[in-house]
Amino acid sequence: MTKPISLIINGLPVQAPQGATILEAAQGAGIFIPTLCHCPDISSAGVCRLCLVKIARKKKLHPACHTPVPEGMEVITDDPEITRVRQVTLELILTDHDFNCLFCPKSGTCRLQQLVNQVGFDEDRFARLKRVAKDLPVDTSNPFFDFNPNKCIQCGICVRTCDEIAGVNALDMAYRGYDLKVSTFGDKPLKESVCVSCGECVERCPTAALVRKRIEHPTREVRTICAYCGVGCGLYLGVRGDTVVKARGDPANPVSRGELCVRGRFGYRFIHSLSRLEGPLVRAYDRIERVDSSGGRGKDGEPVTRPLVKQEGRFVEISWDQAINYVASTLSHYKGDQFAAMSSAKCTNEENYLFQKFVRTVMGTNNIDHCARL
Amino acid sequence: MAGLAAVLGSGAMTNSISELEQAACIFVIGSNTMAAHPIVGRRIIRAVRKGARLIVADPRETMLSKRADVWLRHQPGTDVALLNAMARVIVEEKLFDASFVEKRCKGFDDLRAVLLDQDLSQGEQITGVPVDDIVEAARTYATISPATIIYAMGITQHSRGTDNVMAVANLALLTGQIGKPSTGVNPLRGQNNVQGACDMGALPDVFPGYQKVDDPKVRKKFEKIWGRKLSGSPGLTLTEIFEAALEDKIKALYIMGENPVLTEADVTSTEEAISHLDFFVVQDLFLTETAKLADVVLPAASFAEKDGTFTNTERRVQRVSKAIEPLGNSRPDWMIIRDIAQQMGAEGFDVNSPEQIMEEIRDVVPSYRGITYKRIDNGGLQWPCPDMDHPGTPFLHKKSFGTPDGLGKLTPVVYIPSAETTSHEYPLILTTGRSVFHYHSTLSRKVAGLNVLGGGEYVEINPEDAALLEIGEGEKVKVASRRGTIWAKAHISKITPPGVVSMTFHYAETKTNVLTHAALDPVAKIPELKVCAVKIEREIDFSKDLVRWGAGRRA
Ligand code: SF4
Ligand code: SF4
Ligand code: SF4
Ligand code: FES
Repeated sequence: MTKPISLIINGLPVQAPQGATILEAAQGAGIFIPTLCHCPDISSAGVCRLCLVKIARKKKLHPACHTPVPEGMEVITDDPEITRVRQVTLELILTDHDFNCLFCPKSGTCRLQQLVNQVGFDEDRFARLKRVAKDLPVDTSNPFFDFNPNKCIQCGICVRTCDEIAGVNALDMAYRGYDLKVSTFGDKPLKESVCVSCGECVERCPTAALVRKRIEHPTREVRTICAYCGVGCGLYLGVRGDTVVKARGDPANPVSRGELCVRGRFGYRFIHSLSRLEGPLVRAYDRIERVDSSGGRGKDGEPVTRPLVKQEGRFVEISWDQAINYVASTLSHYKGDQFAAMSSAKCTNEENYLFQKFVRTVMGTNNIDHCARL
Repeated sequence: MAGLAAVLGSGAMTNSISELEQAACIFVIGSNTMAAHPIVGRRIIRAVRKGARLIVADPRETMLSKRADVWLRHQPGTDVALLNAMARVIVEEKLFDASFVEKRCKGFDDLRAVLLDQDLSQGEQITGVPVDDIVEAARTYATISPATIIYAMGITQHSRGTDNVMAVANLALLTGQIGKPSTGVNPLRGQNNVQGACDMGALPDVFPGYQKVDDPKVRKKFEKIWGRKLSGSPGLTLTEIFEAALEDKIKALYIMGENPVLTEADVTSTEEAISHLDFFVVQDLFLTETAKLADVVLPAASFAEKDGTFTNTERRVQRVSKAIEPLGNSRPDWMIIRDIAQQMGAEGFDVNSPEQIMEEIRDVVPSYRGITYKRIDNGGLQWPCPDMDHPGTPFLHKKSFGTPDGLGKLTPVVYIPSAETTSHEYPLILTTGRSVFHYHSTLSRKVAGLNVLGGGEYVEINPEDAALLEIGEGEKVKVASRRGTIWAKAHISKITPPGVVSMTFHYAETKTNVLTHAALDPVAKIPELKVCAVKIEREIDFSKDLVRWGAGRRA
């Protein structure tokens, strides 16, 4: 361990690890500095200028997110002058922002909104600056999230996220000055770009510019593991009532450290296709057909939530007792090597264990395999 | 798995995912990592950003191949030839780790003899990769440390998959790039719990914990624990099960949570095999293509509706927690199995929670002994974890290998052409890939948005071939192999090299696996999904074409 650095923030002696920025040093000491374009797990670009602070014996204001601390530095994070500069910065961001907060899906969790509350603004000055919000078209092409450029504050977090976290580089800042905006290559809709819909940018966007299509706030969250691939990313499933309405990455998971791919973040919805099945199979069948009309698929794959038995080629519903009885009594005639089973790489360890134990001890054969070979 | 277990003593990923970022060289072969395992793909990219060298061997262009320092675009099915050529360079130029080879490996002389038997120009001829690239890749991998190898189904899904894996392991053993952090041989598992299913003995030749069924001592132990006489003859593998069903040797089949009608190579004969069964039970979330053929369908609960554990590709046992009650009238798989077993009068199935089952697993699987629900509540544990104080094992083979004598086995393998080669009639090679939006078959297809993005089945075809066959972008074409025919839309791109076309197997409506080949790897019994010979023809759309012919002035 290298020796920590000592510095002074707002008159308080503070210690920070080597190489820390002013922002990190302040946050480590529990001192709040407003930020908009900073995100802890990606590089800082220092573009929003909200985190400006004063450094003793230096003339200019310096961005805290971007300035490393040397030993003995003296920093002021808050005084009337700094506040005024921050207010003007915010006002400039707000001049062409489409702030109908009441109807905004991000209201309550929006960083911009929080900072306006914290830092405040000068109504007169703002009235003079105010321009009409740009009325740019919203990109709704992605099935999971929208991009609304009218809410975008050009913080660049999404661009850096897509590059540094997702490794995809689907987004970039295009044009200059007033027209500066986030854009895909060739300004194509997201769906036609190289975007892989992982949603990492959506997760980090401070405003409602990149926002999930369907927002339902969960009332509780359950920590679990993604069920799609062998990476095993950590997942929080958000539940409202008895419905899973959201999935987010688990930052504490040692494998994924909060990241997810499109399947982990949005793929939980396969549970839904099941949950809505309350009535007879035919109705669920209809629903899936409808959802799927765009994919042009066949007639397979209705959800099953009741035991079924095939009679004269048609399935009829039976009770669990009947089903268990039927399977058990039939299987008892097929013990030994005329029986085989396939276990599942989608089921839990416990289920695989119990299944092979069943096959080996009850059915008396080693004819058990699973799709691992695939 | 079979290949790796034979030479290293364990078929699992030797190292951890988080170690990838510290690697100085990463060699990716047969894995479209950014699509199939995106989070691992990101770690690779991060390592590259930090200056790691990246070698990618893939006939298809992938997101990683674009970032590679060396991209070896070998012909599908020629992995062994490529890997051997690299190993030859390493041996010939004395780039191998002599002391590691001497102390920790055996079989070097045999390997050297086989490697030196084939010169590099032959390697170039077979693989289509220029000698210079092979040499550069070999030197890079051998001299930059720590170097790690990542592979996935592109390597294993071949009729010679076991050979491929051994050839991969040879590289790591020769150079001593194993048994240390950020090195090793790392197979990425497909579905979420493939590793766990193997660990738990859902395999025909081993009891839980890879303990051989034909070892009398092992069998005694399990007979004692389970209180039943057990069969000592290894059972049938997946593909053999269907063959046996076809011959009426298997009469009853019970499938839990798999959809082989969609995912097995050579679908047509799979379906026929099923039709031979007396009794067929399927347990699944959905009425899948397979379930539709069943006599009884038992509705299972999804992962969100049950407790348990999954073991990921880096051997990490992680906790799955129930978020909601089983939907509709479904039940967790373990409960269904328990009830059937008890109904049949079996003892040893009176379990009331997955945690209770885990306690039994700890008793019988030594590497899981230190794993309890309580201990894995925060972040999981990587096996081997032999006791309650053991912190888990991030990387394997530190001091010795898991083989009986503790030595890594350098194994000479020779290139044998794919079971199926192209011919005049079937001039193109089809490889099956996967899309980032889908995993295997059933689950992701139920998510409307993923379908929008996945957007149906395409056959990727190189512009050169497309021009030759007069196929236009988006045109519906007929893809035929010696086994069957399907239709798909053509997508013209340079993703595949000339002579190679590529498709995925996620969609029920175009069963790609109708085309593929059930030739088995003789050891691992993995069907050849990755290579088969096909021909592609334009589908003549009479309405359109006749109009065009008739309207000569417009054409
Ligand atoms: S879309 Fe969001 S993250 Fe991207 S620049 Fe705009 S406000 Fe920032
Ligand atoms: S969803 Fe993922 S790939 Fe798409 S723009 Fe956002 S970060 Fe990039
Ligand atoms: S989030 Fe993506 S990479 Fe992670 S386990 Fe799920 S499918 Fe795999
Ligand atoms: S947070 Fe520092 S400049 Fe934006």
